[in-house]
Formats: sequence, structure tokens, C-alpha cells
Amino acid sequence: MEGVLKLQNTKTNLNIRDLIEEKKKSKSVGNLTEKFIPGFLFTIAVISILTTIGIMLTLLTETIMFFKEVPILDFFTGTNLKPLGAEATFGILPLLTGTIISTIIAMFVAIPIGLMTAIFLSEYASEKLRKTLKPLLEILAGIPTIVYGFFAFTFVTPLLRNFIPGLEPTNILSPGLVMGIMIIPMVASLSEDAMSSVPNSMREGAMALGATKLEVTWKVVVPAAISGILASFVLGISRAIGETMIVTIASGSSKNFTFDITQSMQTMTAYIVEVTGGEAPAGSTLYYSLYAVAMTLFVFTLVMNLIAQYISRKVREEY
Amino acid sequence: MKYVDVTQVQKNMGKRLFTNTLAKALFLMATLFGLLVLVILIYRVVSQSMGWVDLNFITNKLSTDPERAGIMGAIMGTLWLMVVVAPVTMFLGVGTAIYLEEYAKKGRIQSLIQTNIANLAGVPSVVFGILGLTVFVRTMDLGSVVLAGGLTMSLLVLPVVVVASQEAIRAVPRFLREASYGMGATKWQTTKNVVLPTAIPGILTGVILALSRAIGETAPLIVIGIPALLIPLPDGVLDKFTILPVQIYYWTIDSSLVAEYANLAAATIVILLLVLFVMNSIAIVIRNKFQKRF
Repeated sequence: MEGVLKLQNTKTNLNIRDLIEEKKKSKSVGNLTEKFIPGFLFTIAVISILTTIGIMLTLLTETIMFFKEVPILDFFTGTNLKPLGAEATFGILPLLTGTIISTIIAMFVAIPIGLMTAIFLSEYASEKLRKTLKPLLEILAGIPTIVYGFFAFTFVTPLLRNFIPGLEPTNILSPGLVMGIMIIPMVASLSEDAMSSVPNSMREGAMALGATKLEVTWKVVVPAAISGILASFVLGISRAIGETMIVTIASGSSKNFTFDITQSMQTMTAYIVEVTGGEAPAGSTLYYSLYAVAMTLFVFTLVMNLIAQYISRKVREEY
Repeated sequence: MKYVDVTQVQKNMGKRLFTNTLAKALFLMATLFGLLVLVILIYRVVSQSMGWVDLNFITNKLSTDPERAGIMGAIMGTLWLMVVVAPVTMFLGVGTAIYLEEYAKKGRIQSLIQTNIANLAGVPSVVFGILGLTVFVRTMDLGSVVLAGGLTMSLLVLPVVVVASQEAIRAVPRFLREASYGMGATKWQTTKNVVLPTAIPGILTGVILALSRAIGETAPLIVIGIPALLIPLPDGVLDKFTILPVQIYYWTIDSSLVAEYANLAAATIVILLLVLFVMNSIAIVIRNKFQKRF
């Protein structure tokens, strides 16, 4: 009796195995889908890589065309940018100073205020207060940049002109400040994440030694979270370098090589908008200059993003 | 032997506590500064748009006459843009996320795609505009039409959808998948019938946030060549178009010529912010109401 049961069992098992084999071999629609799907999904996933390759290829090929017409050294050391007219000169330095100065102004606003906001939210605010304040700050981050551009041009510049008489109607100061305000939520939120992940035992240890809240924050929490905080600053810088509409609207299109923040300056991004908006004929030096500037911009932001990734990966301490 | 000099501690105590209180006030002020700017910004925009936002403003076509100008063209353009961006970005974003979370083996290719998406998110939007201009507008010879703008925008917001979908898929607990396999379902059946339905609220939230990002973007579309003054309304994805932010841009820079253009820009901003507010509210509702926690 036992033997028969065993036999029957084996038989059933065999049958099921056969069935599975049979099912695997069958060319039913379901089976085909099963084989087809991974490759299909992989193709979709590769599109993001193709996008990067596409960006690099388009920038690179046209930039090479540009450097055939304008020597590379003249481009990177030239202080004259006159893209139109018979004797056009292409020096990127005016755009570089515009970009760097606007970024510095923005970070003067975004770093201290962003960090202080992060400290307040992470260390001082009660849970309830934090839950009300954070979404409000996120609104600030969600406002389209064009709105900030409008705000800088029609409100901040006229306001600043009351205090700084020499300020031109379009200048780099006002968009720089507004850009800083725009970046505050980003710095604050990333820094706060870093500080919140510092374990409470470290705070309690410092407090048990008699430290005040400020001392705990400044001597324990901030140093412990420093990699995340620094990464947030670098990402903020990258964001400021790539920001387009605020500077395009509020800083005008003057291509003077200057360090005077009350004057109009053009950034790399604003140059791209101006030249494409003017319908540069394909194949002209002006058209190629677009790609050389975009390439420089791309490399700048890419380096910043890689630095940020490096900082947050290498300097991270595990608790 | 005394380790702590008590008199010294007591002497410094007042100063330390005072600094602490001062710092707290400073940090609070910094936090409130951002909110103050937000309030001023919204107040300014709303007060400048007073008397300009009405039904005619919404239903009229574009015009050089401020009194007759409306944003119907920009609204239709924005809608048509979404007709392209929503399906394309959802298809590409969710597909990539499923591949990365369910199918890809841990290794080179997976981490390459992942790093690449992180880096794409950091590329300035104006550079995407250049890509769109070169590939879609010129090489594929589409011209500055809705389809070219929509494809450009889809690539721009792709990382948002991928990351949100990945998080949503990752949050689907293992036991649901195992139960499905245990019933004899195949991998794709499990993904399609178990994982995706569970993850859909998170995915939708990501898609809506990506769309609201696309609605507010200006630079890439100026770069691909949206005209400053366009009267006819777009009728399909192969028509020329304009969108709300670009309309705001042209009215703002021309406001030094015609003062009323600043009001028109402000009025358009009010509409744009309202649209974004509604979309974000929907995203929050979906996240809070339909997302299951395990």
C-alpha cells in the first residue's frame, strides 16, 4: 500500500515537471511576452543613456566646427564678445564672469540662509512647526523660474534702486539675489536631511556634558553632517550656474567684460537664449558659438554634480 | 582635584545661554525670510494682476493691444504640450523604473543607467533645449512644433518620473511578489498584475510632479524657437505653439515698452500658479489617500 502511494506521488511529481517543461516549450503568446519584455524594457531604459550621448555628441561635433573658425585659446581668453557684425569676436570671458558673479551673489544669499533654515528646522523647531514650515518652503522651490525673473525685474531691481542710485535697470545684482532666494529651499532641505540623519545619541552625549543647544548644533551636529551640507552647497552652485530665465530677464544682454555688479552682464545661459531667440542661421559662426558656450556650461555643471556626488559618497560617515 | 572650575562655568553660563537664545532668534528669522519673500512675491503678482484676470483674458487670442490680449493660445499650447509629454514621459519613465527595479541584474549596466539618470537631472534645462533644437527641430526637421517641444520636455522631466516610480516600485513589499510567484504567475504577470497596481499612486504622484515641472519650464522652449507673437491656435501636435511661461517671458521683457504688458505678465503668472497649485494638490491627495503602507 505504501509502495503504491509513493509510486503515485512520484508519478504526479513527474507529471507536473513534464507540464512545466511542456509549458516552457510552448510558443503561446504569454510565453513570448515573457521572453520579449526584458529586452523591451532594457531598450526603454537605454533611452536615458542615449539622451546623454545625444547631448554630448551634438555639443561636441558643433563645438569642433566652432573651434575650426575661432581658435580655442582666443575663445577661452578673449574678453571681447561681439557675436554680430562684420568683425565678430568670440571671447567667452564676459559670459564666464557674468555666470560666476551671479552665482557668487546667489550663494551669498542661499548658503547662510539655507543653512540657518536647515538648523532651525532640524534642531530647534518642534515636530509640529517643522511639519508646517517645510511644505511652505517647498512652495518656494516649486515656483517656476520665469516667475522669479518677473519678480527680480519688476520688483527687486526697482526696490534696490532706492538704495543704490547707480544701479542700472538691468543688472546682475538683482537676479543674483533672487536666484539665491530660489536656491534657499534646496540647500535647506538637503542640509536638513543630512542633519536629521545624525543620531540622537550624539546630541544627548553633548548635552549631558552641559553644552547648550547652539554648542550641540555647531560643534556636534554640523561637523557630523558636514558632507551632506557641503554637497548641498555644491548642488546649489550647480543650480545657479545653470539657471536661465531669471538672469535672462533681469540682467539684460550687455556683453561687457566687467566686475561691476550694478551693471548688466550676460551669463552663458542667457547668451544661449538670446542667440537662439534671434534665429541664428544654421552654419554661421554665431550658430556654432551657441554650442561652444553650451558645452562650457555643460562641463561646468557636470563637474559640480560629480563633486557633489563625490563629497556625499566619500566623506560620509556611517553611524 | 577638580576637573571643572565651577566659578568659571557659572561666569560663562549667562553669556552662553544668551548666545544660544540669540542664535535661535537668528535661525528663526532666516527661516521666516524665505516665507516673507514668498508672501511678497505672491502679493506683488496678485496686486499687479488685479483687474486683468477675467474671462476675456482667458478666452481671447494673443494681441499687441493689451486691452484685447488673451492667453487662449498659450493655454491650448500648454495643453497640447501635455498631450505629448504625459504619455511619452510616463512610458519611458515607468519602463525604465520597472527595468531597473525588477529586471536588471545588479551590476555595471544597472549602475550606469542609475548614475546617468542622476546626472541627467543636473543638466541645465537650457542644454536640453539645445538638444531638442539640434535633434528634433533641425535633424528630424519637425520645426518648432508641439511634438518637438514635447519630446524635448519629456527627456527633461524623465529623471523625475524614473526616480519617483522606482521609489514606488521599491516600496511594494516582497511578500506580495512571492505570493504571486507562488500561485504560478510569471515575472511579467507579477509585475503587471501585482507590482504596478500597488505602485500606481506613487507613480502617478511622480508623473504629476513631472508635468507641473514641464508646465513651468521656459528656457528649453525658447531655445527650440517659440515665436514671440503667434495668433493662430494650435490644432495638433504638428502645429506651432506658445505656452504660458514663454508668454510671460515676452510680456515681461517688453514691459519697458508698453507698461500694461507687466500687468498681462502678472495675470498670466496668476493663472500659471493656479494651475500648478491644483496639480500639486491632486498629487498630494493621491499620495495621502491611495498610497498603501505596508
